[in-house]
Amino acid sequence: MPIAIIPALLRKYTAGQERITVQGRTVREVVADLERHYPGIAAHLLEDGDLKPSIAVSIDGEIAPEGLLGPVDEASEVYFLPALGGGR
Amino acid sequence: MAQKNGVKAPISRKSLVDTTINGEPVEFLCEPRQSLLECLRDVLELTGSKEGCLTGDCGACTVLMDGRAVCSCLVLGVEAQGKNIVTVEGLAETTRLHALQQKFLEHASLQCGICTPGFLMSAKALLDRNPDPTEREVRYALAGNLCRCTGYDKIVRAVLDAAKTLRETRDASAAAGS
Amino acid sequence: MAASSNGNFRVIGTRPIRHDGIEKVVGRAKYGADYSFPGMLHGKLLRSPHAHARIKSINVEKALKLPGVKAIVTGKDLPRAENKIEQAGEMAINPYYLSMNILAHDKVLYDGHAIAAVAATSPHIAEEAVRLIEVEYEVLPPVMTVDAAMKPGAAILLHDLRNKEEGNKETNVAQHHQFKRGDVEAGFKSADFIVEREFNTAMVHQGYIEPHNAVGIYNNDGQATIYCSTQGAFDVRSLSAQVLGVPVGKLKVVPAEIGGGFGGKTTIYLEPLSVLLSQKTGAPVKLVMSRAEVLRASGPTSGSKIKIKMGATRDGKIIAAQIWMAYEAGAFPGSPVGAGAMCIIAPYTIENLHIDAYDVVVNRPKTAAYRAPGATNAAMASETIIDELADKCGIDPIDFRIMNGVKEGSPQVVGPPFKRIGFIETCEAIKNSEHYKSKLEVPFRGRGVASGFWFNAGMQSSATVNIHTDGTASVVTGSTDIGGSRAAMAMITAELLGLPVNDVRPVVADTDSIGHTDVTGGSRVTFATGMAVYEAAQDAIAQLKKRAAMVWELKPEQVEFRDGEFLSGDPSKPPMKIKELSKRLARTGGPITGRASVNARGVGPAFATTCIDVEVDPDTGKVQVLRCTVAQDAGRAIHPSYVEGQMQGGTAQGIGWALNEEYFYDDKGILRNTGLLDYRMPTCLDLPLIETAIVEVPNPGHPLGVRGVGEVSIVPPPAAVANAIYDAVGVRMTETPMSPPKLLKEILKKRAAENAQSAAAD
Repeated sequence: MPIAIIPALLRKYTAGQERITVQGRTVREVVADLERHYPGIAAHLLEDGDLKPSIAVSIDGEIAPEGLLGPVDEASEVYFLPALGGGR
Repeated sequence: MAQKNGVKAPISRKSLVDTTINGEPVEFLCEPRQSLLECLRDVLELTGSKEGCLTGDCGACTVLMDGRAVCSCLVLGVEAQGKNIVTVEGLAETTRLHALQQKFLEHASLQCGICTPGFLMSAKALLDRNPDPTEREVRYALAGNLCRCTGYDKIVRAVLDAAKTLRETRDASAAAGS
Repeated sequence: MAASSNGNFRVIGTRPIRHDGIEKVVGRAKYGADYSFPGMLHGKLLRSPHAHARIKSINVEKALKLPGVKAIVTGKDLPRAENKIEQAGEMAINPYYLSMNILAHDKVLYDGHAIAAVAATSPHIAEEAVRLIEVEYEVLPPVMTVDAAMKPGAAILLHDLRNKEEGNKETNVAQHHQFKRGDVEAGFKSADFIVEREFNTAMVHQGYIEPHNAVGIYNNDGQATIYCSTQGAFDVRSLSAQVLGVPVGKLKVVPAEIGGGFGGKTTIYLEPLSVLLSQKTGAPVKLVMSRAEVLRASGPTSGSKIKIKMGATRDGKIIAAQIWMAYEAGAFPGSPVGAGAMCIIAPYTIENLHIDAYDVVVNRPKTAAYRAPGATNAAMASETIIDELADKCGIDPIDFRIMNGVKEGSPQVVGPPFKRIGFIETCEAIKNSEHYKSKLEVPFRGRGVASGFWFNAGMQSSATVNIHTDGTASVVTGSTDIGGSRAAMAMITAELLGLPVNDVRPVVADTDSIGHTDVTGGSRVTFATGMAVYEAAQDAIAQLKKRAAMVWELKPEQVEFRDGEFLSGDPSKPPMKIKELSKRLARTGGPITGRASVNARGVGPAFATTCIDVEVDPDTGKVQVLRCTVAQDAGRAIHPSYVEGQMQGGTAQGIGWALNEEYFYDDKGILRNTGLLDYRMPTCLDLPLIETAIVEVPNPGHPLGVRGVGEVSIVPPPAAVANAIYDAVGVRMTETPMSPPKLLKEILKKRAAENAQSAAAD
């Protein structure tokens, strides 16, 4: 099953847990699964139904340009990171 | 004088300037407040000289005036009267690049290229009076030109290499002549 | 991967003369300010004389009466954008703040903030009109530093900026990032040496020699064209469309030659105003900033305050780091502090880590990207601390870096392990350099090393490769050429097609003539646009193979392409070069255009390590750089001269950052050094030749191994200079710039302490 890695500031919603085993075949499904188990966390990742522009998602070490549509497989690790391109 | 709604236009009378630019006699009209750089770029459409600061600090507008490198942003257009001006557009011979231009290309001495015209003119002024400069002398002569892309390394190398080429050409033609 | 059968590249790795070179050395290349059109008007901007003030009224009547004045626009002429972050291409922008930065709405937030724009028949008349505009201000207290901005009770810049974590209170802190790993407290307990210091780095400007410029031409059918010098024509289009409230399709952006950018030309300032003024006057309008405007109002990069505590065991293992960092965003949110936090210890594996990072608004110009944004400030702090720890452990600073350095499989600050990277290799290149092995035994001379990391970027690029009827080709991309990238694109095309490099013409196209292409930035052109070019050339080759098959009456699978020749495998059909085949395109199906668009994956991170020797004048505190060597992992150097050029240029900017450059604001928040005499960038006399060692650890994510080389070399120099100063005179500098007054103060302090000590001993 894929693993979601929770940013430090959001671990208060996951009882301090950093690595959480989740279900889902896309980032959208992963976030939905996180929300099911840790209500309230999705509001910090999403905005208007899309990934917050200040957040980037990395799947297996590679920034996923597809965002929420990014494909996740059984062994994937999904990281939520601050989006780069600050200073613009 | 032009008027609109009772306010006087500030336009001042233009002067006719009679000068030589890149070997050709040129006449142009300019306002007393216009810099030589503005006249070259906006009146004569010689946009090779660049504006980086308008305060004489960056050297991107460098031209030769009677053989001396000057910041054309610090020279008034009317001061060109009777002078001999050379801009980057006049550096190459009809079909052949100047050795400095050729060496700047070979050494990859330009990245964005905006400072290049000024560097070429400052370097030409140096080599015209000192055909065999040391690295230190090159750096001193170019210290009034700012480049933000290259760290100057490849510019200095190109100028030293161009000096060598020019010396060799001169020696060869002297030998052929004797 | 090699493009020819012997495994060696034929074109890649050579040093041809760049294709756009001649135009640039004869003065014919057209930069943004070189464009003019019949009937063109000239624009100038009115800018705030206050750092922080409410605008009570603006009266343009007198200015409008001046003969020659054609139109004036103020913030009221811009549509009110929604206060909400939106995706514009690959960029996350808040059009509300962007619009407020283009022209102030009801508040000015920094000295130089634009208030109104005038179009007139000459720049001089426009300038006079600007002086006739009357503005009434209610002056507010300026908030100039992160300390002042974060203090309880600080004046608030943006009243809609709220702290959602703390009861939705008004705040100047726009963002808080946190990164945690392991147990920092336990880590420090097992450390033998702990070093703790606070660093302050000054706000600095990218310093491109060409000021911002734009010519806008609005047509009566609602279509407009913008000519400007930019790092990203597509970004100018999408951002300007946001600010003007028009669809992207109404704008065309033609990228002029660009006179430097370094990140500063990835956003917009004048572009929408040129369109708005053109719309109001019916004429083309040109706007060009003065140098003072560039310094006062275009994006510098953040000044910062960074506190680091780092511990190591006696045997040289870094065991824990606690970091607090706050970056000045300028007047609107968006400093590169998130990137800085992810870069600050990126070259090292540290088990126990805690980083807090804050993005803070202050009454300074909105920061823009600057070469590896956020990383240089960060490295000034971490790389001097690491030097100090190495010293305490009695380990050579390069060996200390290698011992703790990241390699393939090491975790990044944020989790996922690195793929194949070349950090250790850059350290080894310095260690093995003649420079590092040389002796330095003169008094007041010192040597310092430092390393740096930058992510590099992928993002979107498009390319087309056109095969001409004479067997030459053109390669068209949307990446503006800021330092030789046309040559690199032509070289990749020539390598694949088996053509001489001069038979390929590289072209930079406007926004209507090529598919979407993101900025020239993030060191991404050779990587991502290079990937699109690679694929477009492959596409052209696949089509050419079919044509060769047609000519030979074979199946396409039977045709091979090797060393620039099509081979039939049949001795009766001799190999055919592109030159021969291209003559037959019309009769075999028509022209051939290879195409590709990518949203590039496989970004390869960049590392650099730099060694600098300095001489310190102990009486004045002036530092002269004597020698400098930089080693950087390029992945693959397509055109080594321009790779070296990036390394040397980044290093020079880093040295300027280290020693001279800073924004000097007075107590009212007014910028006092608005020219290049006082904003002191390195000149020819300040620098030595800059030695380079290109390291090539191919990026497994790119067909040619390219990583991208544009940024990381700026990161190490400030720390390397600080470490060299310590080696020379024994003082640890924690501030940039390390200018003579600051260094002299530290030298005198040290001398006084030594004198007091020896007096006490007597």
